[in-house]
Amino acid sequence: MASGHVIKRAKYKTSPKGAGTPGVLKMTENKIMFKPNDPTSASKIDVEFRSIKGYKNTKEGSNNPPLLNLSLEQGGSYIFEFENFLDLQVCREFVGNALTKSGDAAKAKSGDNAKAKSGEAVATSDRSTVTYPDEQLISSAEMELRIKLLRENSELQNLHKKFVLGNILTESEFWATRKKLLDGDSGTKSKQRVGFKSSMILDIKPMTDGRTNKVTFNLTPEIKYQIFALKPAVHRAFLNHVPNKMTEKDFWTKYFRAEYLHSTKNAVAAAAEAAEDEELAIFLKDDDILANAARQKIRRVDPTLDMEADQGDDYMHLPDHGIFRDGSKEITDSQHEQFKRTFLQDLNRQGEVVLEGRTIDVELEDPRTVAEALAQSRQESDENAKQERLDRISRMTEMEDLQAPHDHPLAPLCIKDPRDYFDSQLLKISDDTRAGSEQLRCSLSSEEAYGSLRGSISEIKAMGLSDPVVRPEVAVMVLNGLTQNISSTKFQLGKNAQESILNSLPNTTKEELLHHWISIQELLRHFWSSYPITTSYLYAKVSRVKDAMSKIYPQLEEIKESVPSDLRQQVFLLVRPMHQALDAAFQHYEADLQKRSAKSGEKPNGYV
Amino acid sequence: MKFQIEDVTVYFPYDHIYPEQYAYMVELKRALDARGHCLLEMPTGTGKTIALLSLITSYTLSKPNNPVKLIYCTRTVHEMEKTLAELKLLHAYQTIHIGDRARILAVGLSSRKNLCVNSRVLAAENRDSVDASCRRLTASWVRAAAVANPNLPTCEFFEEYEKAGSNAVLPPGVYTLQDLRAYGKEKGWCPYFLARHMVQFANVVVYSYQYLLDPKVAGYISKEMQKESVVVFDEAHNIDNVCIEALSVSVRRQTLEGARRNLNKMRQEIEKFKATDAGRLRAEYNRLVEGLAQRGNLPFTDNWLSNPALPDDILKEAVPGNIRRAEHFLHVLRRLVQYLEGRLETDNVEKEGPVGFVASINTHAGIDQKTLKFCYDRLHSLMLTLEITDTDEFLHIQTICDFATLVGTYTRGFSIIIEPFDERMPHIPDPVLQLSCHDASLAIKPVFDRFQSVVITSGTLSPIDLYPRLLNFHPVVSRSFTMSLTRDCICPMVLTRGSDQLPVSTKFDMRSDLGVVRNYGRLLLEMASVVPDGIVCFFVSYSYMDGIVNSWNENGILKEIMQHKLVFIETQDVVETTLALDNYRKACDCGRGAIFFSVARGKVAEGIDFDRHYGRLVIMFGVPFQYTLSKILLARLEYLRDTFQIKEGDFLTFDALRQAAQCVGRVIRSKADYGMMIFADKRYSRHDKRSKLPGWILSHLRDAHLNLSTDMALHIAREFLRKMAQPYDRAGGSGRKTLLSQEDVEKMGDGILNEMQY
Repeated sequence: MASGHVIKRAKYKTSPKGAGTPGVLKMTENKIMFKPNDPTSASKIDVEFRSIKGYKNTKEGSNNPPLLNLSLEQGGSYIFEFENFLDLQVCREFVGNALTKSGDAAKAKSGDNAKAKSGEAVATSDRSTVTYPDEQLISSAEMELRIKLLRENSELQNLHKKFVLGNILTESEFWATRKKLLDGDSGTKSKQRVGFKSSMILDIKPMTDGRTNKVTFNLTPEIKYQIFALKPAVHRAFLNHVPNKMTEKDFWTKYFRAEYLHSTKNAVAAAAEAAEDEELAIFLKDDDILANAARQKIRRVDPTLDMEADQGDDYMHLPDHGIFRDGSKEITDSQHEQFKRTFLQDLNRQGEVVLEGRTIDVELEDPRTVAEALAQSRQESDENAKQERLDRISRMTEMEDLQAPHDHPLAPLCIKDPRDYFDSQLLKISDDTRAGSEQLRCSLSSEEAYGSLRGSISEIKAMGLSDPVVRPEVAVMVLNGLTQNISSTKFQLGKNAQESILNSLPNTTKEELLHHWISIQELLRHFWSSYPITTSYLYAKVSRVKDAMSKIYPQLEEIKESVPSDLRQQVFLLVRPMHQALDAAFQHYEADLQKRSAKSGEKPNGYV
Repeated sequence: MKFQIEDVTVYFPYDHIYPEQYAYMVELKRALDARGHCLLEMPTGTGKTIALLSLITSYTLSKPNNPVKLIYCTRTVHEMEKTLAELKLLHAYQTIHIGDRARILAVGLSSRKNLCVNSRVLAAENRDSVDASCRRLTASWVRAAAVANPNLPTCEFFEEYEKAGSNAVLPPGVYTLQDLRAYGKEKGWCPYFLARHMVQFANVVVYSYQYLLDPKVAGYISKEMQKESVVVFDEAHNIDNVCIEALSVSVRRQTLEGARRNLNKMRQEIEKFKATDAGRLRAEYNRLVEGLAQRGNLPFTDNWLSNPALPDDILKEAVPGNIRRAEHFLHVLRRLVQYLEGRLETDNVEKEGPVGFVASINTHAGIDQKTLKFCYDRLHSLMLTLEITDTDEFLHIQTICDFATLVGTYTRGFSIIIEPFDERMPHIPDPVLQLSCHDASLAIKPVFDRFQSVVITSGTLSPIDLYPRLLNFHPVVSRSFTMSLTRDCICPMVLTRGSDQLPVSTKFDMRSDLGVVRNYGRLLLEMASVVPDGIVCFFVSYSYMDGIVNSWNENGILKEIMQHKLVFIETQDVVETTLALDNYRKACDCGRGAIFFSVARGKVAEGIDFDRHYGRLVIMFGVPFQYTLSKILLARLEYLRDTFQIKEGDFLTFDALRQAAQCVGRVIRSKADYGMMIFADKRYSRHDKRSKLPGWILSHLRDAHLNLSTDMALHIAREFLRKMAQPYDRAGGSGRKTLLSQEDVEKMGDGILNEMQY
């Protein structure tokens, strides 16, 4: 929806026949208001969309005036008469959207209740909606999106579990800091459009009832749109003739009559019919719009397949020169050629249209609007790409495997020997990053490795394979040790000394630390964003967040204690910034509290 | 890279070279040294063009005292553009390495239609009307008149070009048609005339076959090429057909009607001149008496298609007395047209030799052989005298005169065939009188005689010993090269049975069998579901393709196929086909995948590459035999049997198989590429057919793949595609080297040569 509200002149009526009160109808996202021009009139309306059950409206083209009928949940209805159908159209859409929205919200609510009751670890929005004033209704779609995000991102889920279910943050507070996540996702989602089916021209097939010669065509808006897209001449004819010259039904009847004539492959009959009926002739003749477009497009075509240029160079086949009838050329009946559009041509055309894809974005209900939208989009899409054409030909001429691959700013990844790769990466960056951390590096010369391999092979030869060759525990340990080594060198790419320290820690400690770090970040974000405290709600939030933070503080101390002494120094280094950040927050909190209490001398009950 | 072949330093623009390219260069160099002609077959996708270009340019560089000019003939304009683009790459490389010494001038030449930049002229619909509108603005008498009357339109580009005079030259460089147009626009010079002028001075000229082979065109374009030239016919497997087409003319009712109109128009013109400018006609008469059929050096722009007969056969004599006067000549032509009209009114197919036909003309119309022979020259002279610019209007009478000249000149190698209707449509009367040439060696003979070296090369010249016979020449080098493959990147298969295990074929008695049609459809459908990106299908003829696509549509197979890929089809309309191809490529690029239906011997099969993802599979439905009931073909076969002792069956199979090989060869372009080829006809499994395929296909055709059904082929396809999707070592790993670096070349030397030949 472009705008959050709609204002239109309308007459309010109690019954469709009455004269009605002229006034201004204003609709916002959740309300409908009607102000009569005569302020003394009693027919002032102010209702919420929630209480509207449904709506009806009169169709354009019928004899009725443009009426919109909103029926109320409690019974009864409001009827508005608009000045024209355009206004009606706008309002109808608006009402439709608003109704689905409020409906969704209601559904979402009930849906969440159900989920919360079944004990799932998802958002429980019912309580928060009641407790906090800034909580807004969220649509079910958004809800689903949130659930999906949580499901996909375990880190996010942990945070959500801890803070939202732990009652430290509300659902909306939690998501408020992640608006981007929600937006970005929905943004890409709406962009994708469904294209045409590859076999669309084969969809339009008549049905016969088997007894009579009558055939029935089932036309859906989709098919009509496809026909317009495939045949610009039909499209133009539709715009010109419907509804002024003939009705839509006549139009399509005529169209299919023409199609039938084509399918009989009787060019003479087609010519005869076309001579009698000029409208029919439009469908039977070659599409001149397409022919013109083809002439335009041929100039932009890839020169490596431009066969038209060949023809222009072929003096051998001057008319009547060269060999005329050797069986390779086909015979055409030139007289009625224009009525002989072939199925093959249709196939080519459909391929082209499918590749172009859908160009319009309107609902397909009304063929007239579709036709107009299509006409607009045709005008827009016209640009050329000469340079690209040239680039392509030069790309095509190169023989790819004869020359060295193009330079990419990437290191070659050789899967055969990962150690080589990581070692080489390490060498590159070791100078600046390896200062603090000690690295366990065993480097064997190839001779040594070969020697050891030979030794073990001869050992096996002598003793046979003892089963198992290595003890599983040892193997796992070695594997862990090796992979850790690899991944830690890999992490050095991050140019951050801390991370390499982190990786030298045992896994459990590392995870704990990371988890705390993320939690602290989340809490701090909420903490600082709450200042300055202007409402009691924020006050409550800050104290909640502060409590949570003070709980983490001792946990960090615990981790420090628990790690083995050789790593303590490093963990201390890691924990210190967290502590500092928390301390700063606490300090600010205390200071603020003191200021507040100083003021609250006069106002003993604090902020209310 | 840079390496040495005997005394020539070759500059090759890539870091590596295929061994077969090296071997190709060595052979080519020997042919150049021997100043003789050569015949080289090298598989598609091994970089023939670049090998050829770099050897010949390097050869010239090594022998600065004796520079050779390269005349490179391609079949199509887009191949011309591709060749020039490769040459550009090479030229850039050479200038980097040896500086200014490497500078060359290379131009592509095409018709006005492709080179003109004047928007008024280009507005014309087809080639002939573009030519005519150009003449309307640039013919010498038009320009002379425009000097007196500035309101007469002329072509500003041509005027600018003329004004620049001898300064109007192209600086050294490589010019594609696109570049020529851009340069012309920038300078305000006519690119067409500039290019035609520069052809004489260029080191490399790239143009179409017919600019050398068709005397009508060669006569005014390639007259001044020096003998020290190397002529290359690329993709020359069809060269014999081009040669015979160049000398063939056909006359239909429409032609004769048009010719009558032309004659009336000319008579009016003559009357007009008689009244206003009788001196001009008299001057022409006097010139003809003096024996000058041609007016010596015509202005560049007045040139029109020249004599259809080969240069050596044109008599340098005075025009016979009975047609020196314009009216008399018109009378002669009128009688000739009348006679031909009479001959067309026949109910039976008639076949005649030129001698008998000329005798019959003499008795019935009273035109003797010598008069016939001079028809072209006389008409040309008359048209110039009458200052006719609308050449496109006068094509009909031109055809008649071409016919007369040819029939009067040649006594052997031709026949005249009159057919009252097309065999396949006996109910539609469409009489045609065809003068068809059977001997391909006639048209190419002047080329062999005139130029120092002629190189005939293609991916499919098998059997290689047939071409010297067909073209009647003696190559100093005749070689066929194998393809060194890093991995088995082509996978030819012969499919003989469909999914129901019944044989499939396009044999005449089977082609309309619904079972065969369905089996072919299922084959394509199954393949479409496993092969990624592009698939190309070739059918034996348009009508067969039309029929089979329609019946696939009726029984729903087409719809199923289209659920996997989009379908594009070659039609007889070139513009439409070009656009369909463009869209086909788009569909392959965007990942949707597509199938292209095309016709063997069609325009697409002749020149479009379906390399890389544009073609992972090519299916040849049937054996593309020529239409064997064609009278012309029968006459040609007879001639071949009598003159060259080539059996009919052998020639037909040879012709069909070279077409098939040509079709399937379009899928591969380099060794990094890969593709499958399915020959879907039971006849391919027979040895006499199969053995005519080129060696590089045969060597990959395993015995196990000779008699497959659809399900087996599908299995093989899956395996093959999976294998090809793996990364591989480009240099060829342990065994034979398939990619040589400069070091390798220096080390191995001639060892490569022995390895690469069959």
